[in-house]
Amino acid sequence: MNLGLEVLLKGSNMLRLLQGLWVALKISLIAVAISIPIGLVLGILMTFHSRVLHVILQIYLQIVRIMPQLVLLFIVYFGTTRLFGINLTGEVSAVIVFVFWGAAEMMDLVRGAVSSIPKHQYESAGALGMTKKQTYQYVILPQAVRRLVPLSINLVTRMVKTTSLITMIGVVEVLKVAQQIIEANRMSSPNAAFGIYLVVFILYFLACWPISLVARHLEKKWAVN
Amino acid sequence: MSMEFIAKYIPTYQKAALLTLRLGVLGILLAIAVGLLCTTVQYYKVPVLRHIVGFYIEVSRNTPLLIQLFFLYYGIPKLGISVTPEQAGVIGLAFLGGSYMAETFRSGIESVPEIQEESALSLALTKRQAMQYIILPQATAISFPGFMANIIFLLKETSVFSAVSLMDLMFTAKDLIGMYAKTIESLSMLVVFYLIILLPISILGNIVEKKLRYAGFGT
Repeated sequence: MNLGLEVLLKGSNMLRLLQGLWVALKISLIAVAISIPIGLVLGILMTFHSRVLHVILQIYLQIVRIMPQLVLLFIVYFGTTRLFGINLTGEVSAVIVFVFWGAAEMMDLVRGAVSSIPKHQYESAGALGMTKKQTYQYVILPQAVRRLVPLSINLVTRMVKTTSLITMIGVVEVLKVAQQIIEANRMSSPNAAFGIYLVVFILYFLACWPISLVARHLEKKWAVN
Repeated sequence: MSMEFIAKYIPTYQKAALLTLRLGVLGILLAIAVGLLCTTVQYYKVPVLRHIVGFYIEVSRNTPLLIQLFFLYYGIPKLGISVTPEQAGVIGLAFLGGSYMAETFRSGIESVPEIQEESALSLALTKRQAMQYIILPQATAISFPGFMANIIFLLKETSVFSAVSLMDLMFTAKDLIGMYAKTIESLSMLVVFYLIILLPISILGNIVEKKLRYAGFGT
């Protein structure tokens, strides 16, 4: 049975699929690169004991946690045009939404990592005569970073998986390219959808799996007993 | 904002929300079943099956639901197996959610210290009793926050159902935007309906989580 694998080998179809995947990966990498520094700053702000700041950041986090990312994409993509008359492209809307979402998640990860350091670590450092700066530099941050790194790498895989949604606001990425290829070969291989969507599936797996493995490896290596 | 428009289309959104809820609940129940099955297989280290479960968990956690749905709904039928949109939605959600549930349950059981089982056995409880009275109650309480997070995550994931032509909330909103260009009204209703579904679950989860804190006593 003709399940579409030869369609992939025809012309530059496989290359086009990979280019489509790259569009999605590029957007997630840009979003990660912007949201990590913002999330770090917000997360450290969250560990300060300021009530107002805490409430504002909590509301921000809850909004991000409750609204599906696709709803946020729709709001930015369709809503901004209507409200402000700005015409954002799908790519720009996607980066805005993923930064808004990624920064909140990163913020919570940083808060969790810093507040998971037991109090006695601060006290022991103080008892050894360390200044506040030294305590953070040599005792707290090295431990917090070890907890944070595997979790932030996991955030990258979540980001990559979520970018699959951008096809729904009209960005031409791997899924859209797959649809185009299937449509173009509808007459010669009507069953190509099986093979081509399977390949897209495998491509996403190959993009995310190695990142997950690195995260798990680091998590085990740095596990606190 | 046109209130008239909003009032007119509330029933359409209601219908869409009910579809989301119905498929979501069904998918989540199946996901819990799949998760329990996987955890049991992994806990008792069933030969062969545990490798299949391990493979499934990796695949399911490292691919997006949208791609899983596309393969299920547009790919699988080419093999001659017919799949309705609703089936695709529920199966997709169960396939995705099963691995998330399994990981949550597993980490819950693993985080009960070994000394608990050893103490139970030395008090002459059988293995089954130790599981039933000592390990499971603690593991349940520990995995509860993750379990609730999974439920909210899966309900949010249902937002991609419109890709397999299910008339859910996203589909309704996009349809109304396309037809009447009432963007702000359509998007506001979309947000409100998702809040109606997700906010109570989120609040309920927080309340139950506080009640279950006893498991963390002393840590």
